[in-house]
Amino acid sequence: MRSCRDITALVSQGLDRKLSLGERLKINLHIMMCSRCRSFQRQTRFIRTAARRYTEHLQSRAGKKTLSK
Amino acid sequence: MLLKAGIRSSSQLTEALLAEHRPVLFRYALLQLRDDELADDAVQETLLAAWQSASAFEGKAGLRTWLIGILKHKIADHWRRSGREIVTSDIGFGEADESDGDEVDFFMSSGQWNGGPRAWNDPEAALKQQEFWAIYETCQSNLPPKMGRVFMLRELVGLEADEVCRETGLSDANYWVIMHRARLRLRECLEIRWFNQSKQKKEKRHA
Repeated sequence: MRSCRDITALVSQGLDRKLSLGERLKINLHIMMCSRCRSFQRQTRFIRTAARRYTEHLQSRAGKKTLSK
Repeated sequence: MLLKAGIRSSSQLTEALLAEHRPVLFRYALLQLRDDELADDAVQETLLAAWQSASAFEGKAGLRTWLIGILKHKIADHWRRSGREIVTSDIGFGEADESDGDEVDFFMSSGQWNGGPRAWNDPEAALKQQEFWAIYETCQSNLPPKMGRVFMLRELVGLEADEVCRETGLSDANYWVIMHRARLRLRECLEIRWFNQSKQKKEKRHA
């Protein structure tokens, strides 16, 4: 079994680049058996969502129209 | 992105193309200036300057990178006008940076988690709570400065990984390491301070 250290690094990279099929397979195999890494994956996705939402907060806190999109 | 549009020469720079980058530029400016009107002005000036000097755009680095370059100058101008030191206007960092002294190890030598994630109860609900955002902000600002900047460029400003590397002068390999550590830290901090408050006793490292 791959180590959690390696798997989480891959999971993290998966948020920044497209992983290869092999890499995704490795991850999936591992997280089937490892609940911590499964949580890590879920939580880093959540962090991404949170970061986006936070940016929206910043913008609306700052006020108004400004952004077209 | 621009390259997809096949833009090669400046003559093809259109207002619409420039405007596409407005949201990213605005977020970039907002993070630095912390004021939406100032940020808006800086972006406005940037787009205007870009429009006027479109012929200087060589298309090599990508339109967005070029625009951010201009924006940085506008932000620096602002600091200068307001008579302040140019504090953080340069979001990049040079060669010789402190490696952030990031000794915290999240894993044991075997590669297994040292501690490690627990399941979080209803994270979606957290997003709706004001208090959560205060915690989020704390955790984010607790990241070592360099790490925080990389994280924000990627996740808040919304640059692509390769753009962040260009912005900061990081190699790919360093980028992966830094982003990964940022996520590990943020995750842990959020867990300790928000999702697992009851089990907080052990007051470990916070992000």
